Amino acid sequence: MDLKELYQEIILDHGKNPRNLGKFENFNKDAEGYNPLCGDKVHVYLKLNEDKEIEDISFEGHGCAISMASASIMTELMKDKKNPEVKEILNDFLDMIKQSPELKSQLIKEDEKTKLMSLSGVKRYPMRVKCATIAWHALASAMNYKKDENNSEKFI
Amino acid sequence: MSLKDIKKEFPIFNNKIQNNDLVYLDSANSSQKPQVVVDRIYDFYTKEFSNVGRSIHYLAVAATNLYENTRTLVQKYINAKDKNEIVFTKGATEAINLVANTFGQKYLKEGDEVLLTELEHHSNYVPWHYLRKSKGVKIKFAEMDENGDVTLETIEKNITDKTKIIAITHLSNVTGAILPVKEITKLAHSKNIPVLIDGCQGAPHLKLDMQDLDCDFYAISCHKMYGPTGLGILYAKKKWLEELPPYQGGGGMIREVKKEGITFGELPNKYEAGTMATAQVIAFGESIKFINKIGIENIEKHERELTVYGEEVLRKNNSVKLIGNPKDKGSVLSFTLDGVHPHDIATILDEDGVAIRAGHHCCQILHEKLGLSATARASLGVYNTKEDLDQLNESLNKCKKIFS
Repeated sequence: MDLKELYQEIILDHGKNPRNLGKFENFNKDAEGYNPLCGDKVHVYLKLNEDKEIEDISFEGHGCAISMASASIMTELMKDKKNPEVKEILNDFLDMIKQSPELKSQLIKEDEKTKLMSLSGVKRYPMRVKCATIAWHALASAMNYKKDENNSEKFI
Repeated sequence: MSLKDIKKEFPIFNNKIQNNDLVYLDSANSSQKPQVVVDRIYDFYTKEFSNVGRSIHYLAVAATNLYENTRTLVQKYINAKDKNEIVFTKGATEAINLVANTFGQKYLKEGDEVLLTELEHHSNYVPWHYLRKSKGVKIKFAEMDENGDVTLETIEKNITDKTKIIAITHLSNVTGAILPVKEITKLAHSKNIPVLIDGCQGAPHLKLDMQDLDCDFYAISCHKMYGPTGLGILYAKKKWLEELPPYQGGGGMIREVKKEGITFGELPNKYEAGTMATAQVIAFGESIKFINKIGIENIEKHERELTVYGEEVLRKNNSVKLIGNPKDKGSVLSFTLDGVHPHDIATILDEDGVAIRAGHHCCQILHEKLGLSATARASLGVYNTKEDLDQLNESLNKCKKIFS
């Protein structure tokens, strides 16, 4: 049942009731992710302190269950994370969505891995990969990460 | 040819798509191809291939004749006055770009207005946008009403003494609205304004008569008419094709080339620079013959009946909200489903072999007006049946169940 793999309970739950939804007042970094194919938008807001730690994070946007769930799960996971951990987790997630069978980063706890892996169902649906990564790209942009010249899927 | 067994003419329906029978509801995007069209491409390349309009060897002359035969078939199909009013392009997009570019170059200046509607596909907005950038031309959008229609009165209201051209869709690819293009043309001409009609959705579904319609330009997309990709048609009144400058330069479109200057070829060569989509043009002749065999009136009747049936079925489904309720509606069923994003609908339907489109359908202005970032769309072709629409409804119920 591929559809069940794609639309797991965690996804449906986060898709319907996204966590950390809505702009908060004292954000100091933000960026928008946009999928020109479908018009879906995810805007990520951060409160980043001097130590490059994400003190608060939220998102605004509209989109499919996959993009909303992915943004919701991402904001839960990234809260209180610090650079360069944020970058490591972000790259690990993108790698998993694109190719790797598993998450490799030691920084992600087992229960968090389960949540993130619930998004791995999109691998069978190449047109939906962008839905799962749109919020993550917005986060990378808000964090001012640059794309690796030798690997456009990786941030440095 | 009877409509009953028409699916058999399309080889794609002989194949299982991910283990399912294909329920193809994406014809407004592109239609499937009948065997005769596929065969014609194969035969041309294997037995008759040559470039056209240049060499004088046997194959070149034969290919040129075949190529020109399609021009005549198109002329008759749309009842154009002259065969040289048919220009082949790489698509309807290029046809509109050709007009925007050449007409804009010659006749538009700063402050002039181009009148479009909020229904327009990006391909009938973006080409005009370049003139906004390069010449300071103003673009106006005649408003869509709550039924997804644009009325003659709304067009009239938006015409000013600065309006230099009106470019409108024949049939909206989202709301299905069929615009009163003949009346709009008459009104525009009474004010000396030329009219371009984006006929991408009109030509495959409605009977066309250019002399009766009297529009100045009409753009056609061949791949939506059971024909090959990479091919479109610009119908333009002869006086425009004679008056307007060439669009692209290259081989085939010139008369004499010297170091100090160039003169251009006669119609229609003036607008067909370089080697054209020869095989596609020749195969498109088979698409026209295929449509003629069934009769465009029969196709229209069949699709109108199916549209009414589809609307009935979807209206009974309480979670479905149909987009647009125009007075005269083509075979497009756009909708939303409570609590399920169109992209999720499309993925779930796809698992059942039901192919629809989800997104903004290249109409972001229209979707902004609707206040929606995306809709789902089932669009019909000659091969569709009531069973296809029943399957659509059944699969929509599956979506609801997953998201309940």
